[in-house]
Amino acid sequence: MTRPASTSAVAKQATPPPPVPGHVRPPRRRRGQVLPYVLLIPAIGILIAALGYPLTRQAVMSFQEYGLAQQFGQPPEWVGFDNYIQLFTDSYLWSVIAKSIAFCLTVAATTMIIATALAVLMTVISTGPRLILQIALLLAWAMPHLASLTVWQWIFDSQYGIVNWLLVNLGFDQFAGQSWLLNPLSFFVVAGIVVTWMSVPFVTFAVYAGLTQVPGELHEAASIDGASERQRFQMITVPLIKPVLLIVGLLQIIWDLKVFTQIFVLQDVGGITRDTNLIGTYIYRLGIGEGQFGLAAAASWFMLLLTVTLSLYYVRILLREED
Amino acid sequence: MSATTSSMPKPSSTREPAVAPRSASRRSPARIRRRVLGIVAVLIALVWAFPVYWMLNSSFLPYNRIRSTEPTFFPIGGSLDAYNRVFDSNFLSSLRMSMAVTLITVAAALLFAFLAALALSRFRFRGRKSFILAVLIIQMIPAEGLFISHFKMLEGWHLLNSVVGLSLLYVAAVVPFTIWMLRGFVAGVPRDLEEAAQVDGCSRSQAFFRITLPLLAPGLVASGVYAFLQAWNEFTLALVIMNRPDSMTLPLWLRTFADANRASDWAGIMAGSVLIAVPVIIFFLFVQHRMTSGLVTGAVKG
Repeated sequence: MTRPASTSAVAKQATPPPPVPGHVRPPRRRRGQVLPYVLLIPAIGILIAALGYPLTRQAVMSFQEYGLAQQFGQPPEWVGFDNYIQLFTDSYLWSVIAKSIAFCLTVAATTMIIATALAVLMTVISTGPRLILQIALLLAWAMPHLASLTVWQWIFDSQYGIVNWLLVNLGFDQFAGQSWLLNPLSFFVVAGIVVTWMSVPFVTFAVYAGLTQVPGELHEAASIDGASERQRFQMITVPLIKPVLLIVGLLQIIWDLKVFTQIFVLQDVGGITRDTNLIGTYIYRLGIGEGQFGLAAAASWFMLLLTVTLSLYYVRILLREED
Repeated sequence: MSATTSSMPKPSSTREPAVAPRSASRRSPARIRRRVLGIVAVLIALVWAFPVYWMLNSSFLPYNRIRSTEPTFFPIGGSLDAYNRVFDSNFLSSLRMSMAVTLITVAAALLFAFLAALALSRFRFRGRKSFILAVLIIQMIPAEGLFISHFKMLEGWHLLNSVVGLSLLYVAAVVPFTIWMLRGFVAGVPRDLEEAAQVDGCSRSQAFFRITLPLLAPGLVASGVYAFLQAWNEFTLALVIMNRPDSMTLPLWLRTFADANRASDWAGIMAGSVLIAVPVIIFFLFVQHRMTSGLVTGAVKG
């Protein structure tokens, strides 16, 4: 039960078995030419059906006038870049994008900082407290998003919420009956707290798992050479867990940019949507809500490109690590 | 939680011998520091787990105590009434729906991803690297950006409000990550084992089923749990695809239940949340360690 199969996986993969000489090789290779493709068929098939096809269709739709009339059978009309022009000339889209990026970067950075700190903390405390912390994080991690959201709503409830009760008891009387979700700024603060609370456990465990794979001998050697604790952390630990930090950082950015459930459900409660839309809820309301499918498709494509652009930097580093 | 205890971090365990030879006076500040940090960790744990506790606590409270300006911190004298109210709603039909979708998703995703992971880690073939790259990029496609065409697509195939339709989308959403995770586990089973079995007279497939597959069980379980969590908890796609009351999954049910009872039945809403969360939490506590290490393997190996 110690470090699972995966640790040895790293080592094994790093040194591929030497090529088997002579007559064993050719038949396997020939079979290997067909078999791997056969093995990939189901996965590729479902990806094409459920992602490739809709992506293409969405691309087509983004160049069409596709509104409610088309929903009821009228053939869609080609409008070229009209949808895109209409979107990009609407200052509302830009405010949504600005809010989305700001929200995404703030929450992702907060999550990474808290989670890395907790992971490092786990490596220096004794077993008891570490287990308690791990169980607490696991509980938060395993909670279904909608269940957590409902609890957080209850915690921030204006009349019976414990946050307001606590603040009032600490002497901040102005928070009695405070409705956190009615004001865009406090709405985003609450949403940010909820998203961070949900995301930190995963990142903490991933970073911690990375930390436990840092060989202790390196630290020992460095401390014999007179390196301080901080120097050892910066020069040994950080470079070694960099791949993990990069990948979880990337996942955070992707997830926080497309955050939907949290915003959607909190909007439902607070009743303000226009000032609190992020890209995900904006597209939803444009398409499913207003039936403007062409416009929504164009916005979706823009969102895809934005996500890929924002994460491209990371993908390049990841690929470099692979070589 | 044996998995977690056994993973004592190496840095600290090796640091100790390095400190030990020094005098006792040098040792005690380190010990005090460790204790203080331990207390800090426990405090953080309490804060982090509080919402979960609050959900559980509130679900047992009767109406007059949950709607009171003075919060009740322990459900002494509580009741299970809220749970009865939950079962009186159409919770059970949503439970069936969620279970069906989740089972299909887990089974299909595991099978498809397993085959693909085998191909990627046991064979060298043309297009292998591009496929890995594609898997990486596909994970960046936000499902939220595909609302519209997913809706239109399933509408066209008459699969709105159907288990099959929703499962199809879930499998596709889960498969890239599952491939990634399983790839690490498959690569972790040394090929020499299989080859040795072949030398001993097993056919290639026999060697695979007798030697490799059992060793992969932990990886399959971990990936299965990942798929389970995704399908059980997913809200967004279900919201778009399952728009009829009789085809709601549990997260959708919870939302409508909360909408209908907002500001009146918080205990019931919390009880519903508990019922959705508890199976996941229990299931999850046993396997999370392998899940994270599976992820880390994937990350380290790209």
